[in-house]
Amino acid sequence: MPGATSSAPVALAAPQDPRDAPVVLQLRDVYKIYGSGSTEVRALDGVTLDITASEFVAVMGPSGSGKSTCMNILGCLDVPSAGTYRFRGIDVGKLDRDELALLRRHFMGFVFQSFNLLPRVDALRNVELPLVYQGVPRAERRDRALDALGAVGLSNRARATSGQLSGGQQQRVAIARALVTEPPLLLADEPTGNLDTTTSRDLMELFVSIRRERRLTIAMVTHEPDIAAYADRVLYFVDGRVVKDGPPQQVLA
Amino acid sequence: MNVVDTLLIALQAIGRNKLRSFLTALGIIIGVASVVAMVQLGQSATLAVTDQIASIGSNLLFVSPGTNRRGPGGVSTAAEPFEMDDVQAIREEIDGVRVAPAAIRSATAVYGNANQTVSVTGTTNEYFTVRNHDVVEGRRFEESELTSGAAVCIVGATLVDELYLGQDPLGTLLRVNRTACRVVGVLETKGSSMGQDPDKTLLMPIKAAQRRLVGSLDVHTIFISAIADGATERVKADVESLLRQRRHVAPDDEDDFNVFDTQDVVEALEQTTGTLTVFLGAIAAVSLLVGGIGIMNIMLVSVTERTREIGIRLAIGARMGDILRQFLVEAVVLSTIGGVIGLVLGTGGTWAATAQLDMPLVLSPGIMLLGFSFSVFIGIAFGLIPARKAAGLNPIDALRAE
Repeated sequence: MPGATSSAPVALAAPQDPRDAPVVLQLRDVYKIYGSGSTEVRALDGVTLDITASEFVAVMGPSGSGKSTCMNILGCLDVPSAGTYRFRGIDVGKLDRDELALLRRHFMGFVFQSFNLLPRVDALRNVELPLVYQGVPRAERRDRALDALGAVGLSNRARATSGQLSGGQQQRVAIARALVTEPPLLLADEPTGNLDTTTSRDLMELFVSIRRERRLTIAMVTHEPDIAAYADRVLYFVDGRVVKDGPPQQVLA
Repeated sequence: MNVVDTLLIALQAIGRNKLRSFLTALGIIIGVASVVAMVQLGQSATLAVTDQIASIGSNLLFVSPGTNRRGPGGVSTAAEPFEMDDVQAIREEIDGVRVAPAAIRSATAVYGNANQTVSVTGTTNEYFTVRNHDVVEGRRFEESELTSGAAVCIVGATLVDELYLGQDPLGTLLRVNRTACRVVGVLETKGSSMGQDPDKTLLMPIKAAQRRLVGSLDVHTIFISAIADGATERVKADVESLLRQRRHVAPDDEDDFNVFDTQDVVEALEQTTGTLTVFLGAIAAVSLLVGGIGIMNIMLVSVTERTREIGIRLAIGARMGDILRQFLVEAVVLSTIGGVIGLVLGTGGTWAATAQLDMPLVLSPGIMLLGFSFSVFIGIAFGLIPARKAAGLNPIDALRAE
């Protein structure tokens, strides 16, 4: 199909291994403003931060503090109203919708609170989906999806649809889907929000081990301190600004 | 994302809700089926009629007396019949024609205990060539029989069946009204055409019919055939001017006779069926349009229902074009499946109807191709708006949708 090539934009391919880049994500004085005049809402109000390669960052804060907006911008689902966001040196604010889609396709994996698996489609197909958009041939797609399901301990549930899987299993499928393209960055928006404590803990163990194996950068929104404690670093948002930034024991103390 | 994957995704989406997909495609199915059936039936009907006319004889002119429109009240009266002199004049003065006179009278034919109402045509041996209807058993009239007006006759196949019940009629005496006629020949079977049964005809020498049945020397119809193909027009014009002259029709008056050309009938019929086909086709096209709107409607609903799915795909890295193609292909696949089902049903319907009505089956690849391409086109045209709506969704809002 013309125009649907899976290759990344040339500029994105420059650094050989993304894990070599010291700073993966760089926000400089980023604002996100909705509405105008008296109804103006500053979801992000001048955020500056760097996230380096293979860092595991937890983003916390009360609801409406701008942490989800920050995640959307980090995940290239949204662009700043002002300020710059550089992903591996690329100014994301200058990209159009399709270029943002290509960034997400090749460099990012997403995990959501509500799992967001395609309904009535089995686990294997869900995991294959990002590879379909990358244009990976069918047989390779299948092998890689099975490997990814194996990595999250679900090789035996490849043919189960989301209705046949428990919440924890669905989230594992979602993680397999996020990681099947081997992206350098994993974005997780309250991944344990719909899970019980035991399952949440298992999932965090999975995050930690996968990250160690793959030297993955993880940005994760959560409002549970127990979960944030698994990260190396916690960012605490209030009213669109980062008010605390440091290791969990320091921020959560 | 390649074509096969896009097609597979579309087929999965369609297969996920089979009843709804079927109902959505139903408009297209009915539309294409009716277009295909209407047009093919129209063509079959035209062919059936032209076949029948060809069996009557294609270069044939029927000349019959018309009406006089004269007088202050505009009262019409039946015009004078023709005479043998008119026939003779046509034969001598117009080139390249065969002419057969006919004195026609209906009569009752009786053989044994059986009787039948028959159309008796008094004519000459030219009838067989002009009408393209010859004798299969026995013989034509002999010259002496024609000049003397002998009581002999040639019978059609139906009469043989109904009066003789399969016996050999040759040489028997058949009573026609009060005249006993010797049967000398049997006409070949023609098959019914336009409400008349040519196999129920009974032929006699014209003098015999005039004297014994009609009671006058009138000639009711003159059959003329042009020997050369394509000369019909010229012959028709010549016959008209000759007869106007012989019948003393004033230059400003209309003809008091009719010259009826089988080609005219064919053309008139083709025009009628052509117009009908266009009208029916237009109605069918409207139903296709309605089918397209149905597809658009359901696709719009589907986009709303699947907003979350679209959000997931966008987050995973689908570009606008990927989403646009996905929904467009889904609409096109849906309407194309509808189109194919419609083609099959329409053609099946044509077959069933022609078999039932005993018409020749005309399958028109042109209209099938048209119906098919129209269904594809409808899918594109009406799938575009929903597909654009889907592709234009903002990923964040789409992911948040319930």
